[in-house]
Amino acid sequence: MTIHNLYIFDRYGTLLYYGEWNRTKQSGMSREEEGKLMYGMLYSIKSFVAKISPLDPKDGFLNYKTSKYTLHCLETPSGLKFIMNTDNQAQNTREILRKIYSELYVKYVMRNPLCAAGEPINSELFKTKLDAFIKQAPLTAARAS
Amino acid sequence: MVIYGVYIVSKSGGLIFNYDHNIPRVETEKTFGFPLDIKLEYENKKVVVVFGQRDGINIGHVLLSVNGSPVNGRTTDDGKDVFDLISAKENYPISLKFGRQRATTNEKIVLASMFYPLFALASQLSPVPKSSGIETLNADTFKLSCFQTLTGVKFIIVTDVNMQGSDVVLKRIYELYSDYALKNPFYSLEMPIRCELFDTSLHTLLELVEKSGTANL
Repeated sequence: MTIHNLYIFDRYGTLLYYGEWNRTKQSGMSREEEGKLMYGMLYSIKSFVAKISPLDPKDGFLNYKTSKYTLHCLETPSGLKFIMNTDNQAQNTREILRKIYSELYVKYVMRNPLCAAGEPINSELFKTKLDAFIKQAPLTAARAS
Repeated sequence: MVIYGVYIVSKSGGLIFNYDHNIPRVETEKTFGFPLDIKLEYENKKVVVVFGQRDGINIGHVLLSVNGSPVNGRTTDDGKDVFDLISAKENYPISLKFGRQRATTNEKIVLASMFYPLFALASQLSPVPKSSGIETLNADTFKLSCFQTLTGVKFIIVTDVNMQGSDVVLKRIYELYSDYALKNPFYSLEMPIRCELFDTSLHTLLELVEKSGTANL
């Protein structure tokens, strides 16, 4: 049960934050490029899902799974996107993303007057809090209970 | 277990087969008084709801008919502009029918070729080595499962979110494809599949799955 990495994008596609924990393969491009590619993919997935969906979607895209990893996406009404890559066994990841948004992002970024909107987050406090949160994240709790 | 649709994409990304199984029809007809409390806009040759979701009429729904006469583009059957009709007070009360737009064949071809780069990007942006492309994609209203054969052909089914064992169904479709499409001397590779036997056996398979699940496939 591992979390590989986490991307936070704002509604204009700026990569606000990137965190990495257990990543064994680099994409072979700069972080900036990779962020653009990731955002582009999400944007396409979003419109793909909206068109192919047989019913009216509400949350739309939730996650996708490949043979090796799962990508989870949480989009807030204000257009912030939280993207987390985990292994395929991870449980209740939506809850974790929601907590990262409500308990970490809102608390340590939004309420920090030194963090300008629409710019990459460089708050040390946010980084350490996020690291601590990810390390104790209960990825298996749902299965055990 | 509801299967909404089956798509087969060739290795170069073209849609070679598509079948809509049973997509629910989302339509609402309602009588409105003046002024109209929903905001309509003309985009992509359709009159679309952009604001004011209510009573089953959702954002993104398309205007299908005005007072029972079907709408083509922005005009009704008798040649009147929809926006003139709804802005004139004397036309009220007016009965409008809205519904979710279904993808046309052209749009499906576009969607199929859109999936191709997504599949490739998913393996490129992988945080771990040797990852495949997208195998399942979950949204709140459906689940998409994809199976790529060694030769690069992709089989995709769109099902409801609770569908179990879609991989078995996909493998069965692959079997049907190799039996009825590839062994058909009139079928040329990479071209759309038009084989009657393939169609009928696929229908039988989908009905079987809907009735009794994937346990006895």
